[in-house]
Amino acid sequence: MTDHIITELGGLRVDAPAGLEDAVLVAVGLADHYVTRPTPLGEVYVAFNGRGVSAVDVAGDRDSFEARFFIDHGRRAIPTDEIPERIARHLDTAIAAGRPGRLPIDLRGLTEFQTAVLLRTATIPRGEVRPYGWVAKEIGKPGAVRAVGTALAHNPVPVIIPCHRVVRSDGTLGEYSLGDPENKRTLLEAEGLDIDAFTALSSRGIRFIGSDTTRVFCHPTCGRGSLITDRHRHDFADETEARAAGYRPCKVCRPVAA
Amino acid sequence: MSTMTADTLTARLADDLDGTFPEVVRELSAGLFSGAFRMLGNRQDAEDVTQEALVRAYRALGDYPVDRIRELRLRPWVWTIAANLCRNRLRSRSRRPQAPLTGHDPIDAGPGPDEAAEHSDLRGRLADLLAGLPWSMRTAVVLHHVVGMPYDEIAAALERPAATVRSDVHRGLARLRVAADTEEQP
Repeated sequence: MTDHIITELGGLRVDAPAGLEDAVLVAVGLADHYVTRPTPLGEVYVAFNGRGVSAVDVAGDRDSFEARFFIDHGRRAIPTDEIPERIARHLDTAIAAGRPGRLPIDLRGLTEFQTAVLLRTATIPRGEVRPYGWVAKEIGKPGAVRAVGTALAHNPVPVIIPCHRVVRSDGTLGEYSLGDPENKRTLLEAEGLDIDAFTALSSRGIRFIGSDTTRVFCHPTCGRGSLITDRHRHDFADETEARAAGYRPCKVCRPVAA
Repeated sequence: MSTMTADTLTARLADDLDGTFPEVVRELSAGLFSGAFRMLGNRQDAEDVTQEALVRAYRALGDYPVDRIRELRLRPWVWTIAANLCRNRLRSRSRRPQAPLTGHDPIDAGPGPDEAAEHSDLRGRLADLLAGLPWSMRTAVVLHHVVGMPYDEIAAALERPAATVRSDVHRGLARLRVAADTEEQP
């Protein structure tokens, strides 16, 4: 009888449920789950693991997304229907706002420089743009303008970290990391930015605008700058010109790196 | 898991945690899940515990010096974590009134349809009877006879002397035998 019982106890061993092993690997960040999410650019793939959101990508189909994710991250991307609470609660808000907010982001594998570029870029408000050179100055590497462009081109989480808000100082939009270059324009238009007005201003060599009532100068798309009425607006080609006219830099958009 | 495999696995784990950990998960998850399932009598709880134990193991390994990882006895070490999680879960469950402990809950698909035919009544009853054993006997019987761990590994996992584990297994089996031999369920 005992032998029988021992045999039957051995028979109580079962397989682990499907997906359990993957769930462990995703939780520790050695694999990723992904879902699709609507954005102004259409459906995008969003990958995440226990450390945070690891990728936002447009790709024709699941296979090509999974293949590209593996090449970029060296980990498997596994489709799922379930988004863990700590990501679900903030994901759609982050996409809509174009800012991580409280959404955890997994930036492992990036250099300190790339991380600094992305974190600074993440603070640019919706509907506003800044030149590449501004990001470079803000992170204390004023000479690294081109490297800033490269870092943004490799932004693993576009839309959420709004690299679309960094443009060329001549007012043209420059490169974009997510699919079609026109996507940059689409996102900025969706945020309510008057791109033609901004480009027209920049092409005339105007980098800053100021108000003669406050004596403050701003980036042309700064939320405070946009409140300036035409009657009180003064245009400046650079910092020197603005200072000479007795204006100080805006503390919000920081047209001059501290 | 043979000693040989375990040795090389911990050596590789020490050298390359991220590259080797998926193998650890593959190696241990079925045993962890089966053991937790039979200790807790609930599939969902067992799944949660298995996942949590492996995640905690990964985080702990990340903090351990290489030499300590090399010397680890992997399965008993992970089972120390898992058994504690099982015990905590039972305690918190006993504080919240819930469905009674049962070895075959409604979503337990069992071994698969073709094996189901030879699935004895005894097996199902044993799953229920395990839940009635005192914790010390239940853990020892499950780890030895369901998971298939030798006494010394169980002793390490449960932090009890091997002689105690052996006696827990024997006393647990004796109780199961008496209960299973009884025609009517109490």
